Amino acid sequence: MNTKVTIAGVEFQNPVMTASGTFGSGMEYSDFVDLGRLGAVVTKAVANIPWEGNPTPRVAETYGGMLNAIGLQNPGIDVFLERDIPFLKQYQTKIIVNVCGRTVEDYLETVERLRDADVDMLEINVSCPNVKEGAIAFGQKAESLYGITSQIKGRAKQPVIMKLSPNVTDITEMAKAAEAGGADGISLINTITGMKIDIHRRAFALANKTGGLSGPAIKPVAVRMVYQASRAVKIPVIGMGGIRTAEDAIEFLLAGASAVAVGAMNFANPYTTVEVIEGIEDYMRTYKVEDIRELIGGVKE
Amino acid sequence: MSKKKKVKARVLSQKMIAPDIYDMWLETGLAGEAGAGQFIGVYPTDASRLLPRPISICEVGQNRGALRIVYRIAGAGTEEFASWQAGTEVEILGILGNGFPVAEGAGKRCLLMGGGIGIPPMVQLARELWASGTEPVVIAGYRDSRLFLKEDLEKYAKVLVATEDGSRGVKGNVLTALEQEGAKGDVIMACGPMAMLRAVKAYSQEKQIKAYLSLEERMACGVGACLGCVCKTTQKDAHSHVNNARICTEGPVFEAGEVAI
Repeated sequence: MNTKVTIAGVEFQNPVMTASGTFGSGMEYSDFVDLGRLGAVVTKAVANIPWEGNPTPRVAETYGGMLNAIGLQNPGIDVFLERDIPFLKQYQTKIIVNVCGRTVEDYLETVERLRDADVDMLEINVSCPNVKEGAIAFGQKAESLYGITSQIKGRAKQPVIMKLSPNVTDITEMAKAAEAGGADGISLINTITGMKIDIHRRAFALANKTGGLSGPAIKPVAVRMVYQASRAVKIPVIGMGGIRTAEDAIEFLLAGASAVAVGAMNFANPYTTVEVIEGIEDYMRTYKVEDIRELIGGVKE
Repeated sequence: MSKKKKVKARVLSQKMIAPDIYDMWLETGLAGEAGAGQFIGVYPTDASRLLPRPISICEVGQNRGALRIVYRIAGAGTEEFASWQAGTEVEILGILGNGFPVAEGAGKRCLLMGGGIGIPPMVQLARELWASGTEPVVIAGYRDSRLFLKEDLEKYAKVLVATEDGSRGVKGNVLTALEQEGAKGDVIMACGPMAMLRAVKAYSQEKQIKAYLSLEERMACGVGACLGCVCKTTQKDAHSHVNNARICTEGPVFEAGEVAI
């Protein structure tokens, strides 16, 4: 039984990754799961300099999901390279570094700094809805997405995955822009912009007013977008959005994802990633699937 | 520090001890690792509510096989907890957070201050101090005459009471009681609403007494990954490298001077 998948020349022992921002750099979850079992750890976004993030409250639970407006707090690339990468290198998992920035130059600086780092892939965050400058500003217009993708591709040593926002009119247009810019793959979906109001206090639940919705509540939207995007481009797709179980992960594979990531559910159940890996293996045995690649895009039209 | 785990626990007992305030004992192996000021995440069983609710440890059972939590109904999740009967199997995450520095209090005059639902962690704290040979003074601030945990605190501490409506003890808050009763301390350990913690911090700085404050914030993961529950710090935090510390991990207990509250 083969569970290995290859994306942009990088082989993953299985298609299960962590969604950026929900798993730190793995340290916090190493109490719960053997990081060596994971297809990849996708790290929390890192910028060229440390970011403070947004005021609190930064998180709020919603029905079947949650809102967050962390605002990409991160310690900056220096600390990340010194502390987080050596930690992750202890494990037999692939490392995908998520990169954020306020300006194109910020992104390019971080990507440059990562050239000599022993990491397998970069994921470019052009889809965080919770910061005023950068991030989603590059991910909601096809021309700017194309522009930043091609500039990053010009500097990056590792393969580049562009992480797309669902907060757009036509996801296929964005997928195509990333592909045209030279992206080696795309990942989706980032969170869906949402809002919650506390009726007792007549106040916003989040200090930022709006936040990104994640969790099982968004899964059907994510599956639909992964399906549409994967049909629109030739580059591989990493699918995410509300994955809670192996069944959810398999839906994403059948929709067209070559790999999947577990996000908010890490908070609800810190063992989710490994349970999803084991559940996929059970499914493959049950349905006599010899090679996981049979599942990718395997939904009957 | 031992590994954090998500485990099954069994409800041993549950009762309401004041309006909307519940007292629950949970049988769990995690109890062996728990200390004063630490907390657990308690999961609603309703799958539409994903996140563990952070609840402070009120007391660790004698044989260290059970934990007592005393919590207030604050929403649908805690409302569900209040419905659990003895025998219910539930899921918890723990042990979380750093806890109070009990050793700092040894041999000193310890002033413990709890306001409202910040009172429960003072029980285990008083008990640990008492066990180490230091009987603390606890100032407990309530809304009204419906007191809770007072008898538990009295086993291990001299207890002063403040009520907002003046129906019991001193009329006012924990600081009013502190001033009126003239209680003196070498170290303060406090948990309660932010306004109270700010006042305790100001008092400790004025009197130049070391104070440890247990903070609270909306949390998601509880284990330091999501960066949801940060508080502002006066110096750059060693983990985050910005002026934010994770309440769930570096806290919830901070030395008052460390946090910009």
